Amino acid sequence: MTNLLANVDWGDILAASEATVLMLAGSLVLTVAIGLPLGVALFLTDKGELLEQRWVRGGLSFVVNVLRSVPFIILLFVMIPFTVALVGTSLGIAGAIPPLVVSAAPFFARLVESALRAVDRGVVEAAQAMGATPRQIILGALLPEAKPGLTAAVTVTAVALVSYTAMAGVVGAGGLGDLAVRFGYQRFQTDVMVVTVVLLLVLVQIIQMIGDFVTARFSRR
Amino acid sequence: MAEPPLIELIDASKTYGAGPNATAAVQAVNLAVRAKEIFGIIGESGAGKSTLIRLINLLERPTSGQVLFEGEDLCTLSPAALRARRRRIGMIFQHFNLLASKTALENVAFPLRLEGGLAPRAIKARSRDLLDRVGLSTHADKHPGELSGGQKQRVGLARALACNPSVLLCDEATSALDPQTSDQMLDLLADLNRDLGLTIVLITHEMEVVRRVCDRVAVLDGGRIVELGEVVEVFLDPQQSITRRLLRDEEPPNPAGEGRTVRLIYRGAVTSAPLLGRIARETGVDYSIHAGRVSSIKGEPYGQLTLSLTGGDVDAALARFAAAGVRVREANS
Repeated sequence: MTNLLANVDWGDILAASEATVLMLAGSLVLTVAIGLPLGVALFLTDKGELLEQRWVRGGLSFVVNVLRSVPFIILLFVMIPFTVALVGTSLGIAGAIPPLVVSAAPFFARLVESALRAVDRGVVEAAQAMGATPRQIILGALLPEAKPGLTAAVTVTAVALVSYTAMAGVVGAGGLGDLAVRFGYQRFQTDVMVVTVVLLLVLVQIIQMIGDFVTARFSRR
Repeated sequence: MAEPPLIELIDASKTYGAGPNATAAVQAVNLAVRAKEIFGIIGESGAGKSTLIRLINLLERPTSGQVLFEGEDLCTLSPAALRARRRRIGMIFQHFNLLASKTALENVAFPLRLEGGLAPRAIKARSRDLLDRVGLSTHADKHPGELSGGQKQRVGLARALACNPSVLLCDEATSALDPQTSDQMLDLLADLNRDLGLTIVLITHEMEVVRRVCDRVAVLDGGRIVELGEVVEVFLDPQQSITRRLLRDEEPPNPAGEGRTVRLIYRGAVTSAPLLGRIARETGVDYSIHAGRVSSIKGEPYGQLTLSLTGGDVDAALARFAAAGVRVREANS
């Protein structure tokens, strides 16, 4: 048994797991904090919606598309000056979080947009007929009705972030993905590769299970 | 007639799109709904009913014309003032439009929470009262997904009544319900109209709905009102072919034969008078009945008979019918 996992340094694994979870938690919180309002704005300013604003919508949509079309690995480098300005370093976990958020927030915003689009228009119409303000419609009707779709969007985004964190190793953020590349791939330590991949798999499973559970609770209708 | 109408549309039109692709959903509609009446708007699908009813609370803004509510032009109001008016205009929908994520009670509480200034305890108590009024007090904590169509529409109704509106707009409110549930819903609307003096404007494609509860009806075709009047009148003596079609009141096939085919139309007390036999005897006219209907609307009996008259003095017979208060229409095409 020990032979099979000869190259595995469990201390490294633990440190890497911690780094991955920290990056994931930090970037997910910020992604939701930025992406949710962005997605709401994308939806509401669209044609025929509550706060139709053609130019605002066009601008937001363009920025989102630009950010989504830059590969994450490129974004990591392009962002370095901004990252330094923002968090004081472009290295480590702190240095990885800004590019993770900039990459994931537009993605999450699009998911939010489509979750809101799936809400029955009649509900919004009913709220309007009752004399609700746009703010009351958004907070009281639109977002609560979209809850199952929104939790599913958070789940998908969290899983995507797990795989992005693997690339954050290039700026020295560490993490399980980084370990898999440096030891498992570059040093041919297949056992390290297997252990890290299994741990990532477990992490993704846990995220998905929690996400599914919460989504199911909200969609109990 | 001294009382001003509660709702008035003046030359109201709604056009979607612009240029060559523009479609006129509602064209130059003039309409006055009186306080405490049940006003029906009937038309086939695509006639512009949905747009028309949404003009009343400005969910659709008219492209031209005015929308008056209690004498005030809604189009000129600020957004905040418009929202305040909308609280006095309740609305229920064909597909209920309830919040699926909230319980029946929370759905009813929703409009009350919008107003602000009401204590949560007061909101809850009032919501319970409203659910009680529509007979759903035992379902307060259920989500819409656990309720039947009829129950959902009752929740919708309780919600629409929450802010004590002076008008209730019903957008095909019974179309998604089975006939029995639909009848119960209509009875409930009629009760509310009678007990609270609630003015109701409803749109429908079913004449039965109009017959059952409405006082007056407007027939909408191609975005225009083609016929408007008291329900009994429109039923008895429809002027437009579209109205007859909605009534499914096909003219009986032209009877092969002799004599003059006429349509007799009557309402009120004369319905139960033994006129036909007496006049036939007195004028020596023979009659054969081709089609007929005797029914009542809001307690007023009415009848229609299509018959052929032969022999004797047909003109004298028709004159006697007219003298007795029966309308005579030549049915020969």
